[in-house]
Amino acid sequence: MTILRQLFNNIALLTAKNKKLSMMLGIILFVLFPFALNNNYILHILIIVGIYMILGVSLNIVTGITGELDLGHAAFFGIGAYISSLFTMKIYNNFWLGLIIAAIVSFIFGIILGIPSLRIRGDYLAIVTLGFSEIVRYVLLNWQDVTNGPMGINRIPLPSIMGYRIGTKQALFYLVYALVIITIILVRNLSKSRFGRALVAIRENEIAAAAMGINVGYYKVWSFAISAAFAGVAGSLFAHYMSFISPMNFTSNESILILSMVVLGGKGSIIGSILGVSVLMLLPEMLRFVSMYRMLIYGIALIAMMIFKPKGIIPENRMPGNYKKISFIKASKAQEHEV
Amino acid sequence: MLFQQILNGLTIGAVYALVALGYTLAYGILGLINFSHGEIYMMGAFIAFTCISIFNWNIWLSLILAVVICGLIGIVVEIVAFRSIRHGARSSQLISAIGVSIVLQNIAMLTWSSRTQPFPQIITTKIIKINDIVISNLQIYILATAVILMVTLYLLLYKSRIGIAIRATSQDPDTTSLMGINVNKIISITFAVGSVLGAAAGILMGLYYNSIVFNMGYTVGLKAFVAAILGGIGNIPGTMLGGILLGFVESISAGFISSQYKDALAFLIMIIVLLVKPTGIFGTKEVEKV
Repeated sequence: MTILRQLFNNIALLTAKNKKLSMMLGIILFVLFPFALNNNYILHILIIVGIYMILGVSLNIVTGITGELDLGHAAFFGIGAYISSLFTMKIYNNFWLGLIIAAIVSFIFGIILGIPSLRIRGDYLAIVTLGFSEIVRYVLLNWQDVTNGPMGINRIPLPSIMGYRIGTKQALFYLVYALVIITIILVRNLSKSRFGRALVAIRENEIAAAAMGINVGYYKVWSFAISAAFAGVAGSLFAHYMSFISPMNFTSNESILILSMVVLGGKGSIIGSILGVSVLMLLPEMLRFVSMYRMLIYGIALIAMMIFKPKGIIPENRMPGNYKKISFIKASKAQEHEV
Repeated sequence: MLFQQILNGLTIGAVYALVALGYTLAYGILGLINFSHGEIYMMGAFIAFTCISIFNWNIWLSLILAVVICGLIGIVVEIVAFRSIRHGARSSQLISAIGVSIVLQNIAMLTWSSRTQPFPQIITTKIIKINDIVISNLQIYILATAVILMVTLYLLLYKSRIGIAIRATSQDPDTTSLMGINVNKIISITFAVGSVLGAAAGILMGLYYNSIVFNMGYTVGLKAFVAAILGGIGNIPGTMLGGILLGFVESISAGFISSQYKDALAFLIMIIVLLVKPTGIFGTKEVEKV
């Protein structure tokens, strides 16, 4: 263990010294990775992990930065998947247009879900999001003419760029991770912008934020909508990658899973979300050797992590220096109001 | 037809109300959404099934044993999963509860397999017909049991010393502990009481539908939670009415609108109710203080 830790520390030191070099190295490794590892099973898992990274990072906007519990993220994931695949199959076969329309439609549904947040708070809002997610699932299940009900939609076309079909797992890997990186950059910039600071202010103390002139309702609705739009993109990617979707993929269990990834990684921290997604997605795969008991161990792991690391693996680290000290002192008081 | 649906709704609603009381008790005392409560309901049904069908024990003994074991499971869950993060963030408590739910569900699946099991018929079904309304004796038993349990709970909470301690803890744990009450013990007792009610509901539902399966707790747990929210979570009479209201909504929408959308309608009505009254029908309005 100690040797490992030393090695890790050394690497961390090296990368801290040569930031540009290590970044270049990282990019080269990342680009070469799918070729070096010509294993479809592992690539498949990594692609799914990538799609969930988009979901986790986007849910982080609502749950981590704005501080509202959202148990309905899978609904937007599903809306994006269905809109994109129905659009490409029935109206016009263009993956990118489908992706954008999926994002827009999810965005609109995000506004619809955001509106109750103007009146309903805390746990009640969490349950409204859960209810919304269930309603969407029942509509997908029962609106047979459009969604094909529980049978789902199959033969969804693969993505394509300028007429070239992206068919191999390697190419799909690049596509998904390119979008993951774009999402991370956008969400990171968002959270550091004036907009993101307003959301943090709302999370820390709604009344104080309102007193500072922040239009609380407006920002909350926007955060729901933006988060939903990213989930729509993830849904579109999922649909075109898997080429088969059914309402079973978008249950409220899925929402809860995404939420646990964000909480486990550390609310408000983007790297935390990415790590949380990776851990919770890879854990069941790595536990395959215990077959029957893997979900049992998964559950125990969830409880254990919440008990021993209730703030997540990488807690949010906003603004170093004085701010941190002050927040440390007030931590015990702030906890009571934390979501 | 309408009367028949109301009767069916009342039966299901009574069961929802019993499960919902478990949510309300946990929420009232810890401010915690105990998502694992639905699994206690499932455990109750399965333990009763094991004692009666597999071990062939006396029926009353088995039922009491099932309920008591579930009460103990409730206490264990509270101590292991919630005690150390009692003052932590809401979301960590939620994830811990989900972890418990996964664990209990998988224990049930590994012990009793994932097949649907037949629940023992300990009461022979008789059907009473009044005009065109069909009442089965099971429905009457379910309603009677639910009413007895709810009255007992009411007496426990409002007429006994433990009840006073529970209510005091839910209002202010720190002051309560200064009054010489062991708050940890009271919280454990509250969880046990909630679990007992949940387990009883599981057994009643097993009798009513005749079949039990390892993941039956999830849907009922979710609906009972909706019922608790509808009535105003943390408020005991409100929760009871919320459960019955949800039962009505479900059976009436199944009978007159669409059976496929009955669950979706239940959620829709919940959202509308919350939009009108953000803390449920009987919920007390929270005054935000700066």
